[in-house]
Amino acid sequence: MSLSLRHAVSVWRRNASLYRRTWKSNLLPNFFEPVFYLTAIGIGVGAYITEMGGVSYVEFLVPGLICVSAMHGASFEVTYNVFVRLTYEKTYSGMVTTPVTPDDILVGEVLWALTRSCIYGGGFFIVAALFGLMPGLSALLAALVIPLTGLMFAAIGIAVTLRLPTIELFSFYFTLFLTPLFLFSDVFFPISERLSGGWLQVAEILPLLHPVRLARAAFAGEMSWLVLWDIAYILILSAGLLLWATRTIRYRLSS
Amino acid sequence: MPENEISEEKNFIVETDGVTKVYESKTAVSNLDLAIPAGICFGLLGPNGAGKTTPLRMLYGVTEPTRGQVRVFGQDVARKVRAIRTRLGVTLQENVMIDNLSPRINLRIFGRHHLIPEAELTRRIDHLLDFLELRSHEDMPVITLSGGFQRRLAVAMSLINDPELLILDEPTTGLDPAVRHALWSKIRQLKSDGKTVLLTTHYMDEAERLCDQVMIVAGGKSIRQGPPRELIQSELHPEAVEFDCTEAEEQLLTNAIGNGVVKLRSGNRLMVFAEDATPVLNEVHKMDGGERRPVIVRPANLEDVFLSVTGAQLGEDQ
Repeated sequence: MSLSLRHAVSVWRRNASLYRRTWKSNLLPNFFEPVFYLTAIGIGVGAYITEMGGVSYVEFLVPGLICVSAMHGASFEVTYNVFVRLTYEKTYSGMVTTPVTPDDILVGEVLWALTRSCIYGGGFFIVAALFGLMPGLSALLAALVIPLTGLMFAAIGIAVTLRLPTIELFSFYFTLFLTPLFLFSDVFFPISERLSGGWLQVAEILPLLHPVRLARAAFAGEMSWLVLWDIAYILILSAGLLLWATRTIRYRLSS
Repeated sequence: MPENEISEEKNFIVETDGVTKVYESKTAVSNLDLAIPAGICFGLLGPNGAGKTTPLRMLYGVTEPTRGQVRVFGQDVARKVRAIRTRLGVTLQENVMIDNLSPRINLRIFGRHHLIPEAELTRRIDHLLDFLELRSHEDMPVITLSGGFQRRLAVAMSLINDPELLILDEPTTGLDPAVRHALWSKIRQLKSDGKTVLLTTHYMDEAERLCDQVMIVAGGKSIRQGPPRELIQSELHPEAVEFDCTEAEEQLLTNAIGNGVVKLRSGNRLMVFAEDATPVLNEVHKMDGGERRPVIVRPANLEDVFLSVTGAQLGEDQ
């Protein structure tokens, strides 16, 4: 099998065509969620907190929530939606009667998940800017973290989805994987201040930690060698999982 | 002599030699030899689960044979899958379309998978909406359309790349008679336009009406192959007498008319095939005496052949 970018784009366009017609019902819930966190926790809870990580609490929350938006945007797409297309709607069975290959489908879906992560993450980014929560020009670099986050969670999600026997099991993925990531990946409190020594190293496993740290570095305008490690983590994990997913999708769509 | 030269000469659109597919627990296809010349309608017939879909999947390269080679348009499917798929169209057993979108948009989205330029795509969509008579509902969400409309859209989608080979997996299952007839006439028209059609069905009337050649498969094997009329002639006698009778009555009848007939029993129903139906009919009337049981006399058809040659396999399954 082989990959053809043009055919992958035709898969992306399929999703985009559908999304153009349903974006209102799709976009709003996912988009409002981080805005609610920002107002309730950032402004509500934040009123009782003088500062965190050297800034006001609401400012502390913004970089992490941008990544969370991107994570959710990509995750919903490659979990429920891909599962339905694969299993119930048989969309992919139809596609492979055309010159589209399983590899094209995988890449098309990941590109689409990446697109959605940019819509959500980007939307939140703009809202945060309108709230006056952008400290300086370097914060614009955080926009680059959005597609990286999308890529990583698209890769994780689709690798899981292609191996998942029933749709009910996604609740485990969301409650036992994404929710703890959301809560413990430096989004709500600086884990470097709460964990020490060995535990801090163990926490490096958490995927969401890396984009959050990148976004935080951009907001603070402080670059360090850690940036390279975070980017490498995201790219290597994504590439590895996507290679694995390629084998799975070929198998799932043949046999 | 190189193989591809032979196939080009004979102009077979589809060729398989000794193709076999073994899954963990069962053999889905066993030693299947297909040779489908250009421009005909070929029917793959068989009971449910006989192994009709698996050979189709091999033709468009989604299922890899365990043994044997599959050639389409003279090319090895294992090596030229993308090139082959640009030249064929497939209507799957299940309709695959986006429910919330209209036929027109579904056609466009599907056409993009073939990388057809947008202007050309518009032209083809208009043509197909007319050809399959979908115009009246072209902008309505697919989910609101009847089964017949949805099936016609599925066929239209598989024609979007103007394929040379059209593969139809049970095209009319579950459709009402009017829709079936309408689809049949479209399939005939496609054939007369020069397309090669390969279909699977378990409706023998459909095969008899549409197909120039059929292959009857059961248990993954080909049992009979040939033009429907020739199969009927070679397997059975031309006239069929059909009635209900007990096995004891059947014995009496056999004693009276001798061995020059073929018999087929399904439950209480007996079908007797003979060169001439009259002696059989007379014997049945003689057994009845005054009050005659209902008897049907009709020409033998492909369904009779199908039942007579797959009967043993059916018995094994049940």
